[in-house]
Amino acid sequence: MVAADTSASQFIPVIPQQEHERRTRRKVSPDSDLWDLLDVVHDPEIPALSLWDLGVLQNVERRDGTVVVTMTPTYSGCPAVRVMAEDVETALMNAGFESVLVEVRLSPAWTTDWLSAAARDQLKGYGIAPPGETAQEDVLCPLCSSAETRLISEFGSTACKALYKCNSCLEPFDYFKSI
Amino acid sequence: MSIDRNLIKDYAIRLGDDSVVLGHRLSEWCRNGPFLEEDLALTNVALDYIGRARMFYCYAAQLADDGSTEDSYAYLRDCRDYRNLLIYELPRGDFAFTMARQYLADEYNLAFTEALVGSADETLAAIADKAVKEGRYHLRRSLDWMLRLGDGTEESHDRLQRAVDDLWGYTAEFFAMDQLDQQMSDAGIGVDVAGLEAGWRERVSATLMDATLDVPKADWSVTGGREGIHTESLGHMLSDMQFMQRAYPGLKW
Repeated sequence: MVAADTSASQFIPVIPQQEHERRTRRKVSPDSDLWDLLDVVHDPEIPALSLWDLGVLQNVERRDGTVVVTMTPTYSGCPAVRVMAEDVETALMNAGFESVLVEVRLSPAWTTDWLSAAARDQLKGYGIAPPGETAQEDVLCPLCSSAETRLISEFGSTACKALYKCNSCLEPFDYFKSI
Repeated sequence: MSIDRNLIKDYAIRLGDDSVVLGHRLSEWCRNGPFLEEDLALTNVALDYIGRARMFYCYAAQLADDGSTEDSYAYLRDCRDYRNLLIYELPRGDFAFTMARQYLADEYNLAFTEALVGSADETLAAIADKAVKEGRYHLRRSLDWMLRLGDGTEESHDRLQRAVDDLWGYTAEFFAMDQLDQQMSDAGIGVDVAGLEAGWRERVSATLMDATLDVPKADWSVTGGREGIHTESLGHMLSDMQFMQRAYPGLKW
């Protein structure tokens, strides 16, 4: 739950606790320049999303002259994690930071709940059906918004996606799996 | 109760061995899948397992603190040092065999990792937390294939039944507790695998019946993986998997 106004009894939680904490970390961080710098680093396999949008970027801070970046990988075997770490290092080094350390944190495990509404829109605009709020929702075609879609394969071009086909416009598309 | 970190290291290594061996067997399907989507699925599941192996090995290396690395565990140990369950090392066989093994393993691994999430060891719990989410997808797919192949054509049904029969005696090892399992379980770090058996049998039997398959009789079983006593298949597999590091020691990408 988001830290809520306790007087509001009708409060509806919209952001998971951990995501709220992540956003707060960025908001109150004394190193906001570093966070902003890393906004240019995008997922190499889904260039529509930055590491921040994706929820992979968990923390950035200066520690004894070193910039320490904490990331939480999407999937155990996601080959993009290594590229992401390299891209983070490159972005910071290009900005003049010579000592950069990328730390991987597994817990709490990454979840699609951390994708913001804006990130979901970006995915849709890119042609990938965004994950729903629950595991068994209707998958809407990102092209024509039809709910008449069917699963072709539980696994798609990357670990985080499944393959679907739209029965209305007949186009195949990727679905970002809800985990 | 404090526990020797060396024991936790051994436990992490055996879980890493399970993951890397099954992951490698799945990866052998790369470009050999029956069709493109299935090729992608098999290799994606392989990636999840290899990723899991890396996490377990990295943690073991950290506990060992003797210069071991994830790579030295995977590439520089011989058969007798591997502690994986035997079912994972069996050759991939035909697609029915691969999917039958995957289904039996997915049912087991999901239950195992769900239990490991409650581990008193934070790192093991974190790895398990990640694995549970992936495991649900793995199981959804392998369960679907059991039904499609079992309740499919005469050919697919017969091949799947044969695969289940051939694998059945290896499943007893899932639930065999050795001393390390017992110590880990007592310390609240590891999983009481014997306790997973009843639920597993119930779910698997229900699936086999739905798939119009017979539940095999439990009249034979093989164990030994946890002691490093393997089938002949593991040596062949490692000679392929470890070739590069054996022929060109220290080679890097």
